[in-house]
Amino acid sequence: MTGLLTRVRFVAGALALAFIVAMAAPVSAQQPASVNPTASAVQEQQLLKELNKIQGRGTIPDVKSYVLEHPAGQEWQHFHTVTLKWIGAVAIIGTLGLLVIFYLVRGSVRIERGRSGIKIVRFTGFERFVHWMTAVCFVVMALSGLNITFGRALLLPLLAPETFTAISELAKYFHNYLSFPFTLGVVLILFMWIAGNIPNSVDVEWVKRGGGIVGHDHPPAYRFNAGQKAIFWIQVLGGTAMVMSGYVLIFPFYGTGVAGMELAEMVHGIVAMLYIATMLGHIYIGSLGMEGAFEAMGEGTVDLNWAKEHHSLWLEEEAVRGSGEVPREAMTRPAE
Amino acid sequence: MARMKFLCDADRCIECNACVTACKNEHEVPWGINRRRVVTINDGKPGERSVSMACMHCTDAPCAAVCPVDAFYTTADAVVLHSKDICIGCGYCFYACPFGAPQYPKVGNFGSRGKMDKCTFCAGGPEADNSKEEYEKYGANRLAEGKLPLCAEMCSTKSLLAGDGDIIAQIYKARVIRRGYGSGAWGWQTAYSETIAT
Repeated sequence: MTGLLTRVRFVAGALALAFIVAMAAPVSAQQPASVNPTASAVQEQQLLKELNKIQGRGTIPDVKSYVLEHPAGQEWQHFHTVTLKWIGAVAIIGTLGLLVIFYLVRGSVRIERGRSGIKIVRFTGFERFVHWMTAVCFVVMALSGLNITFGRALLLPLLAPETFTAISELAKYFHNYLSFPFTLGVVLILFMWIAGNIPNSVDVEWVKRGGGIVGHDHPPAYRFNAGQKAIFWIQVLGGTAMVMSGYVLIFPFYGTGVAGMELAEMVHGIVAMLYIATMLGHIYIGSLGMEGAFEAMGEGTVDLNWAKEHHSLWLEEEAVRGSGEVPREAMTRPAE
Repeated sequence: MARMKFLCDADRCIECNACVTACKNEHEVPWGINRRRVVTINDGKPGERSVSMACMHCTDAPCAAVCPVDAFYTTADAVVLHSKDICIGCGYCFYACPFGAPQYPKVGNFGSRGKMDKCTFCAGGPEADNSKEEYEKYGANRLAEGKLPLCAEMCSTKSLLAGDGDIIAQIYKARVIRRGYGSGAWGWQTAYSETIAT
């Protein structure tokens, strides 16, 4: 019995050995005489063609350093040094030029019936506070932002490099920190004024009549006319785009890589230029362009005749609501 | 004047990271800043290659083109340097750089960037050569002492080459001819718009 088991074990062992040798033999036979280490090696140009970047693994904690090559930066460079400058120059200088021509041709929009001397409340103290908080942040951020794009070409030749750096660095900090009250302003403006800024049929009529900007027409309007509604939506949507792309840049590498930041900078730059151009129009019509407009946001009140001419339906609403601010006599004469 | 370049022979790099360590030590680079790093591609797979990468000192450097305060300058040896007195830490050079070279110390709140730091090709900065101010801002200035960058000088396999672009290209070519293969001069096409034909 024991002898049989031993023999079986011996045969099994021999068979196993023969099997291993048989399996191993072809493997060693396939080993080439010389090794070509580049046969399967990665090729730089091929990797760039496939992914437009080369990424690997590193040993330092800085994960973003594992990107070896990222030539897309050169496309971003072209955008930043050429494309964005053109967009900015055309949008801003173009708008300024149009405003100058418009002012020379049309002049300031006067209150046609003259001032009545009766003032009615248009914006509350809180509304004005929110407006001016956002406006101050906007102006400082617009100037400091334009400095990043145009400062080197326009300002640096006039100043000592150290002075220009001191200004630009301070501007950078203002740009970063004022983004927080600006964001608050965008949110408050949205909730504060959205009720009066939903487009309706009156806006169609207003737009058809060109808002009465050209000539002496005064199409009816509620609290906000179609032009103001456009400014509201540009402010809310443009402001949101600025805030979102801005925070991607202010918090580098929180949730995005360099490609995401390049994209964010492009969005931030393009929207900023168009946004600034729009606000130039807003600033013009709220100051130089229209008599009696600035005081609405300055002191919070407007002249009764101004309201009759520019916001007739709003004036009626106010009178119906019986707010003590609108005198009864205002309604005895039809608004328009 | 020589046109200084880096060349990493990826077929020789053994990912020992001595270049990274040498750089950190030579220039007393602070924690969190890496002027040089080693990246391994296809790690653990056939065709794995490691490449030591830092600022390549590009021809027509993208960082210099996008800098809003014009902080960069190119030396007579074609080394791309910058002034930390001029830099405002905006981060634009990092967006433009194809090699991820610019580094920023985190100062202040929400990761806002301090003055940019990057490989100087061991050539210091705008201050007087080997002055205390230069060393504190940019590290050692070996070029002014007639020496080449330390990372390449002490590379154990001589994978990383630094020096006159024509000479290191010849050395690399000779190697490729002798051993019969080479995966190319990594980054040269992007940095110098030329590559080494082998």
